[in-house]
Formats: sequence, C-alpha cells, structure tokens
Amino acid sequence: MRDAATLATGRAAAARRRSDRWRTLRLFLTRSAGGVGTLMVLAALIGAVFAPYLTPYDAVTLDPPARLQGPSAEHWLGTDQLGRDTFTRILYGGRASLSVAGAAVAFALLVGGTLGLLAGFYRGWVDALIMRITDVLLSFPAVLLAIALIAFLGAGFTNLVLAIGIVYVGPFARVARGAVLTVREELFVEASRALGSRDWRIILGAVLPSAAAPLIVEVTLRLAYAILAEASLSFLGLGTQPPTPSWGLMVADGRRFLALGPWATIAPGLAIMVVVLGFNLLGDGLRDALDPRVKAR
Amino acid sequence: MLIFLGRRTLLAIPSLLGVALVTFILMRSVPGDVVTSLLGDVQDVTPERLAELRRMFGLDLPIHVQFGQWLGAVLQGDLGSSLRTGRSIAGDIALRFPVTLQLTLMSLTIALALALPIGVTAARYRGRWPDYLGSAFVLVGLALPNFFLAILLILLFSLHLGWLPPAGYVPLLENPGENMRRMLLPSLSLGLILAAATTRIMRSTMLEVLGRDYVRTARAKGLEERVVTLRHALRNALIPVVTVVGLQFGSLLGGTVIIEQVFSLPGIGRFALEGINLRDYPVVQGAVLVIAAAFVFVNLLVDVIYALIDPRVRYA
Repeated sequence: MRDAATLATGRAAAARRRSDRWRTLRLFLTRSAGGVGTLMVLAALIGAVFAPYLTPYDAVTLDPPARLQGPSAEHWLGTDQLGRDTFTRILYGGRASLSVAGAAVAFALLVGGTLGLLAGFYRGWVDALIMRITDVLLSFPAVLLAIALIAFLGAGFTNLVLAIGIVYVGPFARVARGAVLTVREELFVEASRALGSRDWRIILGAVLPSAAAPLIVEVTLRLAYAILAEASLSFLGLGTQPPTPSWGLMVADGRRFLALGPWATIAPGLAIMVVVLGFNLLGDGLRDALDPRVKAR
Repeated sequence: MLIFLGRRTLLAIPSLLGVALVTFILMRSVPGDVVTSLLGDVQDVTPERLAELRRMFGLDLPIHVQFGQWLGAVLQGDLGSSLRTGRSIAGDIALRFPVTLQLTLMSLTIALALALPIGVTAARYRGRWPDYLGSAFVLVGLALPNFFLAILLILLFSLHLGWLPPAGYVPLLENPGENMRRMLLPSLSLGLILAAATTRIMRSTMLEVLGRDYVRTARAKGLEERVVTLRHALRNALIPVVTVVGLQFGSLLGGTVIIEQVFSLPGIGRFALEGINLRDYPVVQGAVLVIAAAFVFVNLLVDVIYALIDPRVRYA
C-alpha cells in the first residue's frame, strides 16, 4: 500500500542518512585529533601485523655480543641486555598489547553492553540486579581488581583478557543502559512494539543502532585504558610472560640496566604512550564527530 | 544533614558486602585450594592428614557457612594470618598503612596544586597558547603509564642529576627530611598523572561556569577579572571537580600498588604483590579487601564533602 509520496520520502531519508555518514567521516578525519589518532593507531596495527616483514631480526633469539647497544643503523632503537633488537621487540610486543587489549574490550563490550541493554530496556528488577552487580565491580580500583583476578586465576593470555575485560564490564553496562534509556520512549521504538515485534527484534533493530554511537566512543577510550592495564600487569610480571615480548615487560626488563642502556626502557615506554595517546585522540575525535550538537557548528 | 549522612553511610554497606563477597569468591577460585597451595611440592601427605588440614581451615563446611564465619572474623578486624610467616595480616597491614596513606596524600596534593592553576588558566585563555599548553599536558599525562613516568623520573633525578635516591623507604617519624626525599619521586609519579586527569575536568567545568549568568553579572558590576575568576567562577567549578577527584582516587590506589613496587616502598600494595609472588592467598585477600574498602570509604567521604560545599544536594 505504498504510494509515490512515501517512497520519495523514504529515498530522501536514505540519501540524508548517507550524506550524514559522509559528514561524520569528514568531520572526524579533518579535525586534527581524529586524524592524528587514526594515524598513530594504524601505525601500531601495521607494525604488529607485518612485524616479520618490517625487521630482519627475531624477537626472542639472543645475541649476547650485541647487548645494550645504543641506536645505530643496524639497531634503530638499540638492543636490550640480551642483545635482542629493541625495535623488533616493540613491533612484536605490539601484538601482545593490542591483542590482549582488543580481546578484553571485546569481552567487556559483549558482556557489559548486553547487560546494559537488558537493564535499560526491561527496567524493574532486572535493571536493579544488573546495576547492583556493576556497582560492586566499580567499587574496586580497576588495576587492583585486575591484579587480584590474575593473582587468583593465574597468568596466561585468556586469564589476562578476562581480568582486564571484567574490570570494564561495569563502565560498558552503564554507557549502554544510559543510551537505551534515552531512546526507549522514542516513537520508532514504540512503532516497532506496536507492529508486534518480539523484544529481541526491538532491541537489535531499533534500540541498538541508536545506542551504537556512545558505545563506539567508549570502545576506543577503553582500548587506551586496556593497553595501559596490560602494560601495568606485564610490568609487574603478572601479564604477558617471557620470552614473549610485551611493552610493559620490556620496560621492567630494561629497568635493571637503566644506567647502561636507557634505550631498552625508554623506547617501549614511548610505544605505550604513542598508542594510548592515539586511541585517546581517536576517541575524542569520534565523540566530537558523532555528537549531533558539534555537527551543527 | 545527619539524615543525609546516615542514609549515605547505609548505602555504602551493600558495596562493602559486595566487595567482601567478590574477594571471598576470588579466594575460593584458586586452582586447588589453600591447603594444596600451602603444601606446594610436598608429596608424601596422607589423605587423612589432608582432610585434617582442610578441617583446620574450615574447608569442610558448606560455602555459605564459610563466608559467614570469614565475614564475622573480618568485622572483628581479624583478617587471618599469613601462610608463610604466621603473622597476623591485620597487624602487618596496620604497619604498612601509613606508607600508602602518605603516598596517596602527597600525590593528591601535587595533583591539585598543579591541576587547579593549569585548568583555570587554560579556561581563561581558551583557544590561546596557555590553553594549548594545558591540553598538551593533559594528553601526555593521560597516555603516560605511571611506572614509565617513575622510571623517567629516576633516570633524570637519581641517575643523571643525582639529587634524589632511586628507591627505598625511611619512616616519617624517624627522619622527616630523608622520608620526604624518598617519597618525592613516587608521589610525583602518581601526582603528575592524576594532575592531568584533574586538569581536564577543571578546564571544562571552569569553561561552563564562566559562561553562566552570575559570572556575567559579576563582570557587569565592574569586578576585576581576577576576582570574577577566583571568587565567583572557581568556587562553583570546584564542586564537580571534588566528585571526579573522588572517582580518580581508585586509579590512585591502584597506582600505589605499582609505584610502591618500583620504589621498594613497604606499603599495602607491595604487601599484596609479595603475597601474590609467594602464593600467600590470605595476604592477597586481606590487602585487596582493605584497599577496596578504603576506596568505598573515600567515595562516601566525597559525597559528604559534596553535600557540605553544595547546599543544593544536602537534603535531597
């Protein structure tokens, strides 16, 4: 029963959505924060993924005669106390840091996001129960909770991801709940309900797309935190285990030879800083680009 | 005010119970149990002796009874004793508490001493060079891991300039001067990073307040810009900052665990890490519980301060 007018309105709306999307992307990339952040994060990702093609050295093979050298043409960022190339270990170390951070945030998004959607959508006792659980999780200082989880679960990739992920379940649940609360009374949600859609269909089809923007921003900013958390745990010897290189571990290792070869400590520390800064800028840029109030300017 | 205080204190109880429950569950999630980890590599233990040891630790009781007994003991200030040294954990924590407290307070002081002036100046000169300088400080501070900042500070002030010792602790009452020399770098490591987070909030709330009607009124009646900024705007901008500093306190407490380790300070955080390395689970449990409880308490304190300085929330 569609007449031409409705069709035309539909087309116009679709076109508007497309141009909206372009405007968002353009806004995001042209504002310096988003663009610079994207570059930093991309550089780290490319370095981690293509590490074997970017360096002739191996990350774990020892070369004692070459230990604790300063930066040179052969070793751009010098070598560590066992003669391993620092630049190479930073590239490979990015794999540990980025994969742990990525998996932990994915876990937190999935669990926390789902809990938050359910809490905001159903309200009532479901909401109360879920929010009490997140309150308790948020009662712990984040790093302390992760340390405690590792202490009792033991180290290893999965436990590391779980420990960092659980810590961020609370924040994701809150963001998702808040986003749902702002849209659940909107007309299009009511329309979907009036059409007789099942709950999961309303949540996935109508509520989730509207709640996506704040969640995307949260993901980017949490990735920055997660990288710091992975580095801190590895620095304490509770995260990535040797000989696998990880930035936090490299800082801890190099520290004992700080006077002899400061490069082995400073370079991985700077790597952490650049990537965290990158994700923070990316998050800030995304927030500005996705915020309709900023668009109007 | 008393009613508010009472209600807010009651609200902290479920949080504390939750924290206790999570710590308890963590303890029970250790692979094997306390007895097997205590025995370690000792192989020649008869099943009877194992059962006897479990009974000694109360591990043969139903789990909720165990939790009840443990909680009862905790409420009386008994955190059990270390598996390794046999010393009272509560006693050890009491000995180490002043170190962590001093570190936290000094870091907080440094953070506020930097964040308030930088944040206010950045807001006043919005979009000009002091603002950009402030933003750079915030971005770098938020991206710096505290342990890396600590090492950079050691490199500069201890190894390069030789002004301050790189690690170690001297009690405050024994030798206040030496204590300060040794606590300065650890406090800077945490304080500078906390300052960055606080500056960000200070700047944005200050910007918001500077746009308010009462600030315009203050300017319109011919007050000096200094007076407007400090007396009218800053006082109101401080209110949300108090809340954020309270929330940041969690990362400060988490940071003490790492920083105490870097500088070999005998605080509660380092106590927990020693417990982890020695698989002394009751020690870890006790330390985690005390730090988390401190965080809940600080948030309670922040809400009370908030009510004291902002009359609007007092009787809400």
